[in-house]
Amino acid sequence: MSTSSLTPSELAASIDPAVTKTVPRATGGRSTGGRLCGGFLSSELVTMFRRWRNRALLIALAVIPVALGLALKLTTGTANGGGGNGGGGGGSGFIDQVSNNGLFLVFVALTLTLPVFLPMALGVVAGDAISGEASQGTLRYLLVAPVGRSRLLAAKGISLVLFCFVSSFVVSISAWVTGLVLFPLGRVTLLSGDTVSYSDALLIAVLITVVVAVSLLGLAAIGLFVSTLTDTPIAAMAVTVGVTILSGILQSIPQLSSIQPWLFTDQWTSFADLLRDPVYTANIVHNLWIQLLYVAVFGSAAWARFSGRDVLS
Amino acid sequence: MRREPGRTVSDAADIKGTGGGEAGVAIATQGLAKMYRGGQLAVDSLDLTVPTGSVFGFLGPNGSGKTTTIRMLMGLIAPTAGQARVLGVDVLLHGKRALPRVGALIEGPAHYPYLTGAQNLARYDAADAAADPRTRAARVAEALDRVGLANAAGKKAKAYSLGMKQRLGLAAALLQPRELLILDEPTNGLDPQGMREIRSLISSLAADGTTVFLSSHLLDEIEQVCTHVAVMNHGRLVAQGPVAGLYASQQARLAVTTEDRDLAATVLKEAGGEDVSIAAAVVSCAAAGLVPEAVCAALVGAGVRVAGFGVQRPTLEDAFVALTGEGFDVDQ
Repeated sequence: MSTSSLTPSELAASIDPAVTKTVPRATGGRSTGGRLCGGFLSSELVTMFRRWRNRALLIALAVIPVALGLALKLTTGTANGGGGNGGGGGGSGFIDQVSNNGLFLVFVALTLTLPVFLPMALGVVAGDAISGEASQGTLRYLLVAPVGRSRLLAAKGISLVLFCFVSSFVVSISAWVTGLVLFPLGRVTLLSGDTVSYSDALLIAVLITVVVAVSLLGLAAIGLFVSTLTDTPIAAMAVTVGVTILSGILQSIPQLSSIQPWLFTDQWTSFADLLRDPVYTANIVHNLWIQLLYVAVFGSAAWARFSGRDVLS
Repeated sequence: MRREPGRTVSDAADIKGTGGGEAGVAIATQGLAKMYRGGQLAVDSLDLTVPTGSVFGFLGPNGSGKTTTIRMLMGLIAPTAGQARVLGVDVLLHGKRALPRVGALIEGPAHYPYLTGAQNLARYDAADAAADPRTRAARVAEALDRVGLANAAGKKAKAYSLGMKQRLGLAAALLQPRELLILDEPTNGLDPQGMREIRSLISSLAADGTTVFLSSHLLDEIEQVCTHVAVMNHGRLVAQGPVAGLYASQQARLAVTTEDRDLAATVLKEAGGEDVSIAAAVVSCAAAGLVPEAVCAALVGAGVRVAGFGVQRPTLEDAFVALTGEGFDVDQ
């Protein structure tokens, strides 16, 4: 800006030799962590949220609580709570509560989106992580830039973690706003029968959203791993979503009770325990351990696969 | 001579008197080989030497192993055997040290269709850990300007034409001042003006001291811009060295266009011409050792009605076909 007398090439020539000649040799490969935050991770996040497909996924997630709220608003007038059509104990309990307190729409929306819609959105984004770059050919240009394979995988992993949180909060914030508009406010009756103030309940809602986001981390790791296996993003997305469905099916077969505690979907409903006083933490902690295990196993597998793989796309 | 691996046309190490030392060599491979799963040997014991400062044409029929070689040079695939050194650095072990100094266009450009041209370049620039984020915008603007895309910087890449995408790919390779450019088919999809611009860009980069490693099917292009060439066939290097060296295997021919074919052939033989051949209205012989002016005078003196006379210099195409065969079918 101040060097208006210089042509662009002179300008770049005056700046760039210093960049190329000193920085790479001075810092070498040891600056991965520092550079990740400053440079490529932000590029990764900007790219992720600039993409209309990902925005559309988040918009769809935001619409679900609104539709749910409207449906409940219209039906409660006539059927007054209706039958417990939610299936699981927590779900139907929440649905009955929504007409009394809008905040319960947050819990209902998370209960309904966690088994299908959140994993589906995450499956699309996670399955696309590496395979999408491979299929559009950008992977080879990132690697020769050179981005560094571990650095690329780390940026993808961190952005997926962020997507888990963003997508969960999109659902709960949309549900919270819808609840504010359509339903009464006030003290909240917990599942254990105690009542807490609205602000305390709001804090619980935030905690529950965090637990839901954390519940998705294992799947994110699976998706990242699958996306390193193929150059076809659709296949990776289908496998990731399919794995969730498969896990749900295995969950429902009584003969498999010995492996069920190790399925990543096993404790997905544990977030409802935060609505008890005192909070029943055993399942929530179990859930955290499961997710941690999956992230460790599939994160390592993704790294092992990707760091040595021939990139032919 | 044809099917012999390794150096055939001339000894590449002698080029420019550098003696093959690290300082004068931009790319050096030793016994580089790649066998894909399924046992297909894509590249076989490749000893490639690209002198610093050269414009190096990398030729070969489709499926001859050029792209596999380039991918190994860029650290995208691991060699089954051998070693590849780029700018004096073993790419497999220390790619991070060499790659920021190398710009590459590999198997066509690739972009994020939903990002603009400038955003695409900013992403590639961010991928390079050595690139300073504070000067990113300036680098992106200059690279776009250099390939003539300054006016399309804000347009989504999916709206770019094939030629514009190719330019954007080149711009990515030129984000930093590079010591080595590896360009695979850089003029693919460009119109004639675009091709000229890219050729003059390559020439100006080479004049600044950048080594350019150019893979192309356009032999004209190689002939126009390259100082050195290597030819691959069936995964092996069949020739490498200065462009002039490649022609040395091909002989220039004296060609006479005439109606009096038999008489002309006799005169050429008497003048000492070897390998005399008659094809349609053209009688030709090897030009080596003959003085064209004297032969022409002899022809006219003998009463041959000369309609055309000239020395046919061998083209790169002749040399290429001689080295790789006429076959049109893709091997394997």
